[in-house]
Amino acid sequence: MPGSKAVSLRTDETMIPVRNYLLESRIVHNRIVLTFGIVVFLSLLLVLRIGYLQITEHLRFYKLAQDNRVDLVPLPPVRGLIYDRNGVILAQNFRVYNLEILPDKVPDMDKLLDQLGRLVKLTDEDLERFRTLLRRRPSFERQTLRANLSEREASRLAVNLHRYSGAELKARLQRNYTQGDLTAHVVGYVGRISVDDLEQIDNKKYRGLEYIGRSGIEAFYESTLLGRSGYERVETNAHGKVIRSLEQIASDAGKTIHLSLDTPLQRKSVEALEGYEGSVVAIEPQTGDVLAFASVPGYDPNPFVNGISKKDYSVLRASEERPLLNRSLYGRYAPGSTIKGFMALVGMENGVNHDNSIFCGGYYRLPGYRHRYRDWKKSGHGTVDGHNAIVQSCDVYFYRLAKRLGIDLMHEGMSRFGFGKPSGIDLLGEPSGLMPSKKWKLEARGQPWYPGETIITGIGQGYMLVTPLQLAAATATLANRGKQVTPRFLTAIENPQSQTREDIPPRVTGFIETGNERAYDLVINAMHDVVHGKKGTARRINKNIRYEMAGKTGTAQVKSIAQNETYREKDTEKKFRDHSLFVGFAPLDNPKIAIAVVIEHAGSGSRTAAPIARKLIDYYLLDRLDMFPEQAETRKLVNNRADTRESG
Amino acid sequence: MMSWTGTTRSINRADSALPLDLPLVAAVLMTLLLSLVVIYSAGGESTALLIRQSLRIAFALVLMLIFSRISPQTLMRWSPYIYGFGLVLLFIVLAFGFIGKGAQRWLDLGVFRFQPAEIMKLAVPMMVAWVMTRSNLPPRIPYLIVSICIVLLPTILVVLQPDLGTAILIASTGVIVIFLAGIGWKLIAGVCAILGAIAPLLWFFVLHPYQQRRILTLFDPWADPLGAGYHTIQSIIAIGSGGVSGKGWLGGTQSQLEFIPERSTDFIFAVYAEEFGLVGVLLLLCLYLFLVFRGLMIAFYARGTYSRLLAGALSVTFFLYVFVNIGMVSGILPVVGIPLPLISYGGTSMVTLMIGFGMLMSIHSDKRALSR
Repeated sequence: MPGSKAVSLRTDETMIPVRNYLLESRIVHNRIVLTFGIVVFLSLLLVLRIGYLQITEHLRFYKLAQDNRVDLVPLPPVRGLIYDRNGVILAQNFRVYNLEILPDKVPDMDKLLDQLGRLVKLTDEDLERFRTLLRRRPSFERQTLRANLSEREASRLAVNLHRYSGAELKARLQRNYTQGDLTAHVVGYVGRISVDDLEQIDNKKYRGLEYIGRSGIEAFYESTLLGRSGYERVETNAHGKVIRSLEQIASDAGKTIHLSLDTPLQRKSVEALEGYEGSVVAIEPQTGDVLAFASVPGYDPNPFVNGISKKDYSVLRASEERPLLNRSLYGRYAPGSTIKGFMALVGMENGVNHDNSIFCGGYYRLPGYRHRYRDWKKSGHGTVDGHNAIVQSCDVYFYRLAKRLGIDLMHEGMSRFGFGKPSGIDLLGEPSGLMPSKKWKLEARGQPWYPGETIITGIGQGYMLVTPLQLAAATATLANRGKQVTPRFLTAIENPQSQTREDIPPRVTGFIETGNERAYDLVINAMHDVVHGKKGTARRINKNIRYEMAGKTGTAQVKSIAQNETYREKDTEKKFRDHSLFVGFAPLDNPKIAIAVVIEHAGSGSRTAAPIARKLIDYYLLDRLDMFPEQAETRKLVNNRADTRESG
Repeated sequence: MMSWTGTTRSINRADSALPLDLPLVAAVLMTLLLSLVVIYSAGGESTALLIRQSLRIAFALVLMLIFSRISPQTLMRWSPYIYGFGLVLLFIVLAFGFIGKGAQRWLDLGVFRFQPAEIMKLAVPMMVAWVMTRSNLPPRIPYLIVSICIVLLPTILVVLQPDLGTAILIASTGVIVIFLAGIGWKLIAGVCAILGAIAPLLWFFVLHPYQQRRILTLFDPWADPLGAGYHTIQSIIAIGSGGVSGKGWLGGTQSQLEFIPERSTDFIFAVYAEEFGLVGVLLLLCLYLFLVFRGLMIAFYARGTYSRLLAGALSVTFFLYVFVNIGMVSGILPVVGIPLPLISYGGTSMVTLMIGFGMLMSIHSDKRALSR
């Protein structure tokens, strides 16, 4: 480059001294080299970072990428079916189409709901329920917007849904109870898994499941009916759309459950109780199989499956007939005279000789007290022994027996028959009823036991409370002459996949010895005469009877009657009227059915409960079991005619 | 690298009818070819996308050729006018933005739209280089102040759009020129100190909440995996899962299953790294580094301060794009909307870059003209 210190070069733009030009080029050259150094350094930084991600952390990210694209789709198991003893299906699953929304994938919920509203009918209630779910449940969980779509709605959605991100049409299995209100109190129902449930249940087991057993058999055998959840590993894209299936672990269907219930007898029981509030519990004594478990009125469990509306629920709750109350299981009643047979047995255990007669003058007085414990028969029964006391239901006899035993021996003896204790049936929340004792009163009430309370307990009044189930179970024990079999619904479990069936043997829990060989004979004979004897309180039901049975009536006082008062049914408000009870079993020599009938506010046991029991035992023995065929021919004709009439 | 210097010399003696720097052109074409390969995969194997991008590349190549024929002297003369024109456009865009009540970056010219901010990526280094030629180097304080104003004015306008990423790049190109011009180290230290002091003010008064979130996300993307951190997490997973050899072309699950957002534009590097692995990443970085190296070499050998500063600034800016984009995709820099140079789908940034390469080539051939 030419030039000296003195000469300047003139360019187009400026005067730049040559010396400066060299200096400048040196400055810029230095900076360029320096900059390249920085560039190399920063590049190395990038290489280090990428190398860290792709070598050091490669496995971790590789796995994350796998997880990213692999989604576990739960394959919920099919819930086990429930059958009755004849193979009649009680609970089944049927396919329904639901419109479901995955909130995470919805860009604009209001817009989506608006658009979907044009395809299917969405009521305000649907929308309100859905919005509540949106607030309460995590947004990555699918929520049902509309359940039970019609075929038309489902097909209309099917063609249009691809346009709406986050909306899905899902085929689901929904629980259905074929017998409706008839078996509601036994089978119970399933309900949607609630937020509270989620905290308690094993979420893994319920993966993909929407329903959980809420009451009855559905709740008690939840784990059996549930099955095992399977899953499918699918490859998805970032929008959650399934690209292909990678692996499938099939679910195991829930086990099929066979119940002891005899649906025809159950139906007959419910029909017999029509117009009343009451309960019928029928048990096969040898096996403990519950044949009928009616509580009237009932309710239809089907609306509960998808969540009954608040309005309908409050109607059910507010109803005075209390249809939601399972009277057979939870109803607690004073047993009245139905326990006299058991009391007689407890007496014999404790050395009482029922051959000795007493005189019944229509009332009983504790020594030194003025209070009269009245007999139901004002004029008294005259001279009665144990047998006649049961047949005629003499109260005075049992007042004296109670006085002699004292409450604690009664408590001990009666408890052995299951009074005051849960029967152990396979339903949740069975109450224990109440068989009072001195200890109980002190603990529960903080009061001493009064002698008068012993007296009335002798005829099943006072504190004593039993459930219809307990009455039936005790009667079955009596029919078995002391052999105790736990009442049960479950008779067999079947695996629907392997078709294997496991029969559940009856559970015999004990044998009640009375210390007296004749004890059961005496009581059963007396109860036989209650029905078949000339003076029996239930003699009105022995007309045209084709078998021999044992029974005992009971009339449970709801309101205490003052000493100077007389109970007159038609003058008494319904809610204070007596409960009508009857217990019995048949046939006498080989009992096939033990029954307890409790009808609220229906007057005396002999008038209402006993005829119903007879009707049901007739139906079960003659029609269901086809016993005594030589006599059944004509009956069948009559019955068939009656059936035709009913169905017509 | 010395061999490349040798090649340069051999080309120096070659025919000057084609004013192109062959190594540069070769590297650019290789990168563009690679871009088509990656875009085909990232775009879900769409040929339409490929054709559109090819047309853009063709258009950009033509522009590169045109600018390679414009001498540095002409560029220098035009510098103030281009800069002034760019400023006017920025004002217009901003005015439209205020009317339209929203971010406004584009100017719609009917036939095509472009971002005036892009012009500034070239106009700012040109203008600052022009100022630097007004006096001796290293620049004295008054010239520095003028330069800084020249840088700040468009930067602020672009920040107001708001487009923080582009603003930072525009500011950087100007600052690079000032740095190359040889500003003293004491001054650099002083400026750094001042920047450090006003950084908190910028944070609280200039940055939008979404921008703050992006920067915070950088420190812990997993704090908000489905929100602000989602982009970063998914692209980091993509890169890391690629490993050394990659999952193969079209085989990236993160890419093909749409887990990577903006996968054919800003986050295309994640797709590339997932499918081609560390091997591919090193290859791409080598290509980039060669382009930068070649550009800096042209700057080194360029005639005149203006050419030197402009060539240096263009080369370093190019690298800055690479660094910021890969840094953001690999999670060491905040997410700013800067595409990967020459690879990302889209025309705007590529056109600017290719014009820059055209200028580089012009500077290169100018030097050759002198040497003859």
